[in-house]
Parts: sequence; structure tokens; C-alpha cells
Amino acid sequence: MKVAIVDYNSGNISSVINSFKEVAKDKVSIEVTSDIKKIKSSDKVVLPGQGSFKSCVDALKKINGLTETLNEFAIKKKKPLLGICVGLQMFADIGYEETETKGFGWISGKVSKIDNKNGKFKLPHIGWNEINILKDSIIFKGIEKNSHMYFVHSYELIPEDKTVISATTDYSSNIVCSIEKENIFGTQFHPEKSDKMGLKIIDNFINL
Amino acid sequence: MLKNRIIPCLDVKNGRVVKGINFVDLKDAGDPVEQAKIYSDGGADEICFLDITASNENRNIIFDVVEKTSKKCFVPLTVGGGIRSIEDINKLLNCGADKVSINTAAVENSKVVVDSSKKFGSQCIIVAIDAKRTENSWEVFTHGGRNKTGIDAIEFAKKMEQSGAGELLVTSMDKDGTKSGYDIDLMFKISSKVNIPLIASGGVGNLDHLVDGIKLGNASAVLAASIFHFGTYTIKEAKQYLNSKKVQVRL
Repeated sequence: MKVAIVDYNSGNISSVINSFKEVAKDKVSIEVTSDIKKIKSSDKVVLPGQGSFKSCVDALKKINGLTETLNEFAIKKKKPLLGICVGLQMFADIGYEETETKGFGWISGKVSKIDNKNGKFKLPHIGWNEINILKDSIIFKGIEKNSHMYFVHSYELIPEDKTVISATTDYSSNIVCSIEKENIFGTQFHPEKSDKMGLKIIDNFINL
Repeated sequence: MLKNRIIPCLDVKNGRVVKGINFVDLKDAGDPVEQAKIYSDGGADEICFLDITASNENRNIIFDVVEKTSKKCFVPLTVGGGIRSIEDINKLLNCGADKVSINTAAVENSKVVVDSSKKFGSQCIIVAIDAKRTENSWEVFTHGGRNKTGIDAIEFAKKMEQSGAGELLVTSMDKDGTKSGYDIDLMFKISSKVNIPLIASGGVGNLDHLVDGIKLGNASAVLAASIFHFGTYTIKEAKQYLNSKKVQVRL
């Protein structure tokens, strides 16, 4: 089995790489790549993302054919894909960070700034927060209820179809923090920085 | 609910932990990688390295330390000390640091904060403010607390938020090393003036100081070095104590 971590200059992905390699050991090959051929031939794709929605979409577009390849991978071929943080946000139709930017449109919805209730809540939402699992997602196998995950973000994905939400977290409101739609998975939190429970989620994804 | 974070900090010089002592299970007290692993296994919410290497020829050792640590610890890793440029930040992030903490460079040229938060995202840019009490406010110091700047700490904190910092690490120079608790006024003043999380630092001598930093200082996270480093308390003990005082932590 081959898992490709998409390296599209979206910021710092070393922690994602380290955590997947730690979990995969020698059983699964982890390839860090922006090579379209390699992505096509892999069994699973991980799409990380740091910085702004716009900067990530721009970075994806800079690599010729990458957006199309990911579309084909996730929508036509229906192979498992995991988006992390802005990687998840880009599933949406549209994002409003910096300026209005189109996303993949895999999940109908938008990405907008977390309502901080007139400054009552600090942004970014940084730190460990509990997740409320709403759906028996395969990537949550063995994850205890109310487990803590590490978050760092100021924007949230608001999907139109609420049935794709697999977990939420409670901050200034109930924030969507995990998505599952058929073969498409995403976490707003960082499993790669969420200690043992986070590594378990990565393990679940690798073993899908 | 978002939990308050406990962040142990390790002072690293020439790739070695300064004044390391031997914990149980620890083969080499001076090895920052091993120390960091003990902390993360013990439930630390993040790990912080402060590189205090003075000589230029040894500046590169920290990269190796960060690289090794990030392969063993799967909680956020912050590195501070001697960061001058976008290239320094890039290199540390590539080695596996999740955040960097910028101190002197942010004071001398706030463009470093503007540019780095644009390039890497605010989430990985912490501005470290070393502040000393003046008659009616606080003044920013640089170069590890050696140089006066004449800049008001509260104004500077607001400016850093606007420049794109994701968090502020505020250290009281008056309290640092005294074990008499954080400068609560300073923490509270800054925290109430900015809308980004504040990490309190400097002065922790017992676990009540951590409680105060959060409850009275309104800090989102509390950083301490010596109480953990010298084994006075374990991370777990600290968290259990905070929990008993109704401070929400990740247990």
C-alpha cells in the first residue's frame, strides 16, 4: 500500500510526514510528493494545509494538473483522501479568508471566520479541545468519547449537508471539526500533533 | 471546551539541556530529545526549546535537536532563541518545529513578523516579549533581557497582534528566576488588550502560580522551566493540581 502526502508548498508539513512515518513503520510506504503520476498511482492521499485558505488554493494551482488529479482521485476514483486543517477547508465550495476563493467543492458549504462573540473568545482557536463524535466514522475507531485533539485555526468549514459532519468541538459555538463523506475524510484539528489519540486516527486512516 | 495548556520549557545550549538533572528513566539528563520525550509522555500540551547557544559556529546544532525531537514527540514543538530571519524560521519549520518564537528580531524589525506570518501562517509565529516594570507600565527588553528598548510592552503587544503574531509569550524580567509567581498584572493587562492567546512565563515556583497565571492573569497557556526541569513537580502532578482548582486542563 502506498500513501501519498501531497507536498504543494502549503507551509510546514514535517510534522505530518513524521507522524505518518511513525505510524506506518515499514508496513506502508509513505511518499511525500507533488508528482501527479505518483499521486495517481497511490492508494490513499493526505492533503495537509497551513496558512490561509487562499494561499493553499494558490499553491495547489501552481502545480500543473494537481487540482484535476485530486478531483479525479477523490471524486471519480473514490479513493480515500484525508484533508488536515486547511486541507479539509478546501473541500468546501468557497472560502472567505483574505479574499473570496474557490475550493474543490467536494463538500457543499463555505469556510468563514469563527464568530468570536465580539472578542469574548480569542482567535486563533489554539490548543487542546474535546471532540464530540457524531458519527461512527472509521477514522474514529478506538477513539474514546471526548478525546482531546490539538487545534489551531481561525476559520471553520460550515457544510450545507449536516450529515457529513462526523465530529464537532465546542468553542465560541459548535465548530465542525471532522468530516466524512464516502471516501473523503477531513479533520480541522491536527492528528499529527494530537499525541496518541491523533496517531490512532492516522493509523485508522492508513488501515482503511 | 478549550483547555488551558501547560508548556514545559527547556533551555538548550550547544545542543545540551542546561543544568539537566537525572529523572528516573532518563539515561542522559543533558539530552534535550530525551527530556522532551519524558515531558510529552507525561502529558505536556506542548514543548518549548529555548536555544541559548551564544557562539555562531554552534548555532546549527539546534536544527539537529529539533529534527530528532519531532520524530519522537507528537505534540506541538516551539523553538525560540536567536531567530533573526525568514530563513531561520523556514529552516526550523523544515526540521519539524511547529512554531517559532521571535524575540529581539520582532522588536528590531516588525516586518519579520509580518512577512513570516504571511508566509507560514500566524499559527506558527509566536512573539516573545520580555518585559520589565517601569513606574506605571512595562518596558520591552531584548537580547535575553540585557537591552533596554524604551518601548512600552502593552503597546508593543498590540502592534505584534496587528503584525500577524498568532500568540504572545510574555515573560516578566522582574519575576524570572525568582520563583515568586508570574507578574499577574502584566499578564492580565496584555491579555485584556489583545485578542490572541497569551502564554505566561517567568517566575513559577509552585503549582498555585500556574493556577494564578490562568485564573488571574487570564493566560491561555502557562510556561514553566525549572519546576519541571528540576523535578519539583511532574507535568501530571501539575495538571492534576490545576484540575483540582477547577482550571480546565487536558488530563
